[in-house]
Amino acid sequence: MSNTDIIIHDEKDNVGVVVIEKITPEQDCNCWIMENDKSVSIQSKDEIPLGHKIAMADLNEGDTILKYGHDIGKVVKNIKKGEHVHVHNVKTKKW
Amino acid sequence: MEIPKSFLGYKRENGRAGTRNRVIILPVDDISNACAEAVANNIKGTIALPHSYGRLQFGADLELHFRTMIGTGKNPNVAAVIVVGIEPKWTKRIVDAIATTGKPVEGFSIEGVGDIDTIAKVSKKAQEFSMWASEKQREECPMSDLWISVKCGESDTTSGLASNPTVGNLMDKLEPLGVHLCFGETSELTGAETVCEKRGKTPEAQAKFKKTWNDYNDFILKEATDDLSESQPTAGNIAGGLTTIEEKAFGNFQKIGGCQFIDVLEPAEEPTKGAGLYFMDTSSAAAECVTLQAAGGFNIHLFPTGQGNIIGNPIEPVIKLTANPLTAKTMSEHIDVDVSKILSREMNLSQAGDELIKSTLRVANGRLTCAEALGHKEFVMTKLYRSA
Repeated sequence: MSNTDIIIHDEKDNVGVVVIEKITPEQDCNCWIMENDKSVSIQSKDEIPLGHKIAMADLNEGDTILKYGHDIGKVVKNIKKGEHVHVHNVKTKKW
Repeated sequence: MEIPKSFLGYKRENGRAGTRNRVIILPVDDISNACAEAVANNIKGTIALPHSYGRLQFGADLELHFRTMIGTGKNPNVAAVIVVGIEPKWTKRIVDAIATTGKPVEGFSIEGVGDIDTIAKVSKKAQEFSMWASEKQREECPMSDLWISVKCGESDTTSGLASNPTVGNLMDKLEPLGVHLCFGETSELTGAETVCEKRGKTPEAQAKFKKTWNDYNDFILKEATDDLSESQPTAGNIAGGLTTIEEKAFGNFQKIGGCQFIDVLEPAEEPTKGAGLYFMDTSSAAAECVTLQAAGGFNIHLFPTGQGNIIGNPIEPVIKLTANPLTAKTMSEHIDVDVSKILSREMNLSQAGDELIKSTLRVANGRLTCAEALGHKEFVMTKLYRSA
């Protein structure tokens, strides 16, 4: 088993979580999908620290972020596959 | 792993069992703190529980104050109690309610006596209680005597990935053994509230949860000047990678595993529907939440953290676990159980759950938690609104 750089909760999710100290731009990352124990790979575009999210697909303004297979917020600025996903491009749908 | 069938606890007069054997000096109100702390300083083996409130409260807020005071005294981790208040009436109300457990309890009031003579009188009684409690021995108790509360704090994405699911795994394994379980944090279920509601075992439990969450949300909408984005998620959460309250909520929710809750409790309310999982309406502030759960009668607490919350409680031991490898390294003196190997896939969730069960039992049997060794004893009353 190769080292896991990113964990994805659910197959439907469009974001994964970095589980190593950080990933660097253009790093080829191994992703593990917990729900079905499958592996996928992705190339990062940004430096992303431990615990932070990476986009697993291109996402447009207004799209819904799925994690745990559930809606966790909306995209407020277009995000490319492999980019860092956080408060600068995603907001809550509450309040 | 075969789950042990028993732990070594202190059997109490009312049939409950404690994981600790505290003798507490409980001030009814803020102005009695000085007396309570002086007594605890005089008499070894006692602990004072100072707090900020207890004067001119009214209505539901006063009821919650009494429920928290009384529940704290009744908790089976407490062997004996001295209640000290400025005036006798409220003091007696708390003493009488704690006395229903059959444990030694005595009340004193300061008005007309003054601090110095009260301290002398209380110290004599406290010495008697402390020496009496010191002879109590741990005995074998069934696992069903464990009442486990849970609350996470300074969460990050590793909480939702691994440390919270580890607690969920423990719940799934211990629920069939007749353990009482409790989760809370009404605010931090925001975003997952409809999914959580469906975990109610009965339509009544579901309806009660829905009402509790709606009442909370109405309050937020009424009181908030802007929104909660500044405090939910917290700066610590955001640093850890959590982006929205919804993301935090689904991570939080992993703590209950596959369990269903049988009832919804008021803050500090004691469960009465038998073993199983309860939801308690609490703030998500760590010390307030754990204080309320301890007052509900829970005798051991599991606290997953991501970025490193350091909370403890004076009567309920708080076990910390983390899956964040950096926190496990940089804050090791606060972490009782390191489950970061889940992230590197060197450990699976079931193995982590087993490790947590083992650690929980060691602490139940008397091992100090990190928070106890470091002297953390945060006792924080929840206040619903301003006093009269």
